[in-house]
Amino acid sequence: MVVELFLDLRSQPCRALFIFAKKNNIPFEFKDVELLKGHHLSEEFGKVNVLKKVPALKDGAFTLAESIAILLYLSRKFNTPDHWYPSDLQKRARVDEYLSWQHTTIREKGCKIFITKVLVPLAVGQPFSQDKLEEAVEELNSALKQFEEKFLQDKPFIVGNEISLADLVAIVELMQPVGCGCDIFENRPKLVEWRSRVEEAVGKELFQQAHEIILNVKNMSTTQLPPELREWLPRYIVHILVEQREMPP
Amino acid sequence: MGLELYLDLLSQPCRAVYIFAKKNNIPFEFKHVELFKGQQYREEFGKVNILKKVPALKDGVFTLAESTAILLYLSRKYNTPDHWYPSDTQKRARVDEYLSWHHTNIRGNAGKALWIKVLIPLLTGQTLPPEKLQEVMDELAISLKQFEEKFLQDKPFIVGSEISLADLMAIVELMQPIGVGCAIFEDRPKLSEWRNRVEEAVGKELFQEAHEIILNIKELSNIQIDPQLKEHLAPVLRKMMK
Repeated sequence: MVVELFLDLRSQPCRALFIFAKKNNIPFEFKDVELLKGHHLSEEFGKVNVLKKVPALKDGAFTLAESIAILLYLSRKFNTPDHWYPSDLQKRARVDEYLSWQHTTIREKGCKIFITKVLVPLAVGQPFSQDKLEEAVEELNSALKQFEEKFLQDKPFIVGNEISLADLVAIVELMQPVGCGCDIFENRPKLVEWRSRVEEAVGKELFQQAHEIILNVKNMSTTQLPPELREWLPRYIVHILVEQREMPP
Repeated sequence: MGLELYLDLLSQPCRAVYIFAKKNNIPFEFKHVELFKGQQYREEFGKVNILKKVPALKDGVFTLAESTAILLYLSRKYNTPDHWYPSDTQKRARVDEYLSWHHTNIRGNAGKALWIKVLIPLLTGQTLPPEKLQEVMDELAISLKQFEEKFLQDKPFIVGSEISLADLMAIVELMQPIGVGCAIFEDRPKLSEWRNRVEEAVGKELFQEAHEIILNIKELSNIQIDPQLKEHLAPVLRKMMK
């Protein structure tokens, strides 16, 4: 029985998994969990992931949530090339360091932009707040500054000369604001060059394929929300925004 | 030059690193970075961690931030017992799964009680309305429910019959609201029993030692907060008080 990956390519971590599995020729069954139709809230999906989130993995009787855990699991099970998660102790630590840091910085702030610009209007039926969007963009800007200064520096990739899970997880997150019209790469030449290198390393065709849906997300604003989502979406938004409410270090 | 761990035991992830290193007899120099004195903003510490956060590690010329990364690095370098980060692929995946989910669920909310109840009043002289704390505690309650249902279930520890990095990261975080009088283990017998097992597995003495500061945080009401620190925190505090 082949590995099942439960994905919606609107979700950043799902794209990381999709790209990783395809790039490494890992045989899997793509199980489409359409978030906008509330598929993630179904009882059936709840048996795969009780947290009701994508991505999720099912490998025989073994189920797994959290994209980072799934990426690491696949890299080990399918013995992917070393550069993805280097066996060198210090290089591996650098990947771990980025994967840990990004949750509450790049990922969080990128999500906030997407929530502000796309999800909140969808939930409340009103246009997005320009002030809130600017605030969210400002927050991502701070994170991007740290990304360039601490993680990327003058290296081709986060860990050195080759792409790793760190770059993959970073790039899919940064494509989310791009998808909803916030070009965060503008005026950031170093980041643009890094993005080109990552796209090249992944393969342009695969990269485009993974990002096709999100790059056409403007089609989402006219979506009719099914009844399950009308209740769930505002709660999800509140949960994220309360959790994200900035705390001093 | 030996291993240096830059820590302040007020910080949850610092406690995880401290406990792990001590428990596994990893020789290290405790470099105290006093957060209340704003020492994380010193230029010297910035050379160890440009993100100006604790915990941080310095091993020769190699520096490392992020407690998860530090714990994994130490477990590999010092070959710690398998149960901390099991070599079994599926068990290891369970630890990874928790460590990932932890950031934006337990860690996101557990630490806020300290800020809302003690530190903001200390830093600004103002108290926040009770709804602010309630909001955070409600979200934490949701996370604790998921923790029990998905991660702990009916097992003694998150991964099975032995303590792992997952339990360690979780427990230090949950001790933060305890320190400020939010009795999150009360009315949660399963969680309470798990806490006891974790304490036992770590060793009660070490556990108490690591948590002495946070469990006596109320005594900090007389502490002098570094003015530079207040300045640094001002924009974030303003946002929090909105």
